[in-house]
Amino acid sequence: MSNSTQETESPVQSALLDSTTMQTPQQYIGSYWMRLRSGELGSLPIILGLVLIALIFQSANQNFLTPRNLVNIVVQMAGFAVIGYGMVFVLLLGEIDLSAGYVSAVGGVTTAILLRDSLMNPALSWIDWWNVIPIALAITTAIGFLHGFLITFFQLPSFIVTLAGLLAWNGVVLLIVGDGGTVNIQNPVVRNLASEVLPPIWGWIIIGAFVLLVTLLEVTTARARQKAGLRAKPPTIIVAQFALMSVAGAFIAYLFNINRALNETAPPQAGMPVIAAIMLLLLLLLTFILERTRFGRYVYAVGGNKEAARRAGVNVERIRVLVFMLSGLMAGMGGIVLASRLKSVATDAGGGNLLLYVIAAAVIGGTSLFGGRGKVVSAVLGALVVASVENGMGLLNLSSGIKFIITGLVLLAAVVIDALSRRQQQASGRR
Amino acid sequence: MSGNYSGTPLLETKSVSKHFGAVQALTRVDFDVFPGEVVALVGDNGAGKSTLIKGIAGIYGFDEGEVLFDGRRVHIHNPRDAAALGIEVVYQDLALADNLDVVANMFLGREWNDGVAPTTGATDSARGAFRLLRNLLPLTEIEMEKRAVSTLNELAVTTLRSVRLPVAALSGGQRQSVAIAKAVLWNSRVVILDEPTAALGVAQTRQVLNLVRRLAERGLGVVVISHNLHDIFEVADRITVLRLGHKVTTFLRKETDQKEVVHAITAGKLGTVPGMSS
Repeated sequence: MSNSTQETESPVQSALLDSTTMQTPQQYIGSYWMRLRSGELGSLPIILGLVLIALIFQSANQNFLTPRNLVNIVVQMAGFAVIGYGMVFVLLLGEIDLSAGYVSAVGGVTTAILLRDSLMNPALSWIDWWNVIPIALAITTAIGFLHGFLITFFQLPSFIVTLAGLLAWNGVVLLIVGDGGTVNIQNPVVRNLASEVLPPIWGWIIIGAFVLLVTLLEVTTARARQKAGLRAKPPTIIVAQFALMSVAGAFIAYLFNINRALNETAPPQAGMPVIAAIMLLLLLLLTFILERTRFGRYVYAVGGNKEAARRAGVNVERIRVLVFMLSGLMAGMGGIVLASRLKSVATDAGGGNLLLYVIAAAVIGGTSLFGGRGKVVSAVLGALVVASVENGMGLLNLSSGIKFIITGLVLLAAVVIDALSRRQQQASGRR
Repeated sequence: MSGNYSGTPLLETKSVSKHFGAVQALTRVDFDVFPGEVVALVGDNGAGKSTLIKGIAGIYGFDEGEVLFDGRRVHIHNPRDAAALGIEVVYQDLALADNLDVVANMFLGREWNDGVAPTTGATDSARGAFRLLRNLLPLTEIEMEKRAVSTLNELAVTTLRSVRLPVAALSGGQRQSVAIAKAVLWNSRVVILDEPTAALGVAQTRQVLNLVRRLAERGLGVVVISHNLHDIFEVADRITVLRLGHKVTTFLRKETDQKEVVHAITAGKLGTVPGMSS
């Protein structure tokens, strides 16, 4: 019965066996092209988008691509990116966290208030930057836990619970900041978090270490896979990627270390912002968690098919609660960064465009609103786009009406690309 | 190859019953499957097929009667108990995450990671913080991929281009093959397939039926639920018929024909096989 069909299957059998041999660079590029065609666009649209943005704003204003302004953009994007890291995890589950903006403000205002009170109240004199930051982060993580608990225990939509959170935490911020309107940050460490730069040599070391680490991981993975007889990335491609990353990394390190003081009499100003190093570190850590651990795998699984994950023994509700806690933690960190940038917290903290920019950053970076698809790095790339557009429009002195319209169009374009690539994947999925 | 019916059945239910409120879904059903055979479970809608396999799979318990595995009485309270015994169910909707690749789907819920001996069940004895830490160790992707490829090769699932493709990019037959391979990955001994060929084309149905035969050749006990008598007569060694929660009878495939089975399913209300010229 089965003999005849096995014969007809045998030419295809070699296709699977093919996968156990080393790929040639041509094959690798070929399969990358296939993935692109089937709608797995990865970071490609955003890199093209960034080039386009740079060209447009640079042609309109020569100051856009100066080292000084590029560092400004990096500092500007840091808050969006850090809050966006948490948002990526939430979106991967197919959920949303509308409270992230005001939860970040809770983190910022807690830090600012406790630091201010520690100067006036002897009972609080033990408070310093190194213990106030963990306290603030613990509070925002607890808020995330509360949201996650309400969502999973009462089986409520995250949209509604975090919408309630958006209102309630806005209220809390208003109450804490009080009539004064603004709480200034005196503590030098927190105050300079967003503006401090590293000595020039450290920029080279950090970026160099990043490039080497990524390449080392690629090489060891490819070697181990080859040894195990599995399809491995061809060395030519790894070398090409290493070369490309080295050039880009060297260029960025060089940019960071150019003196960006406004005139020659001013004290020299150069170096990689501390905040950029923090962003990079968080990116590595969270990417590891998302792509190399069971927890990360379960986040994707719950976003892809909740029921399948449940039947496979995954504790779906625990994963959801943990992700909302992570979102709270990242919002808290982002809130402290934003507070440090302004060197104060005002009643409007966490409001305005913040939440929309954060969600837009994650989506523009390639994380799907429909769950299951996305990467941590999309928060950084998206935040870079959002901050570049905001910064560029600021340089052009556009009215806020125009700014809103353009930001809206950028977000719309990102969502359309997401929907199109999704449709393409579905069309090519059921061949 | 037919099973050897002289020894102990791999899995046996003795006089199991189940009711939901006032509805008696199963009434004193005896059912067994031997190693190396395919048993088809047939019956009209509401005959109790799903109730029987869900009871065996631990989705809920039976009200009365007993379940024997390898001749020993066992108590299956949840799907993990079933998995620990080596009973795996492939549900009709397959329970695959479209966004994950073939390897990730086959290992879902039981991923291997550094410092952790491969576990055979979804159960983890470690608790609390330790368990959380364990879930943050790096996954051993290479080991998992090797095992997935070798399992697929053993089952002669040969139409996959790569085990790193997301499941969304696979055809219906390939998805069914992945779901079945996932079920046998864990040294399972009984595999229960719920409508494995529904919604498949002719060629893909052929692939899946061959795969079902290969499971039996490996010495597994295979239970197939299906409405398609043509498929059943191609793949099954025995055919157990349920009607309104009662077991009607069990036929040996070689000693019966479709007409007789239809008769048993419908209590004689249909004399011929629909769609077949008499």
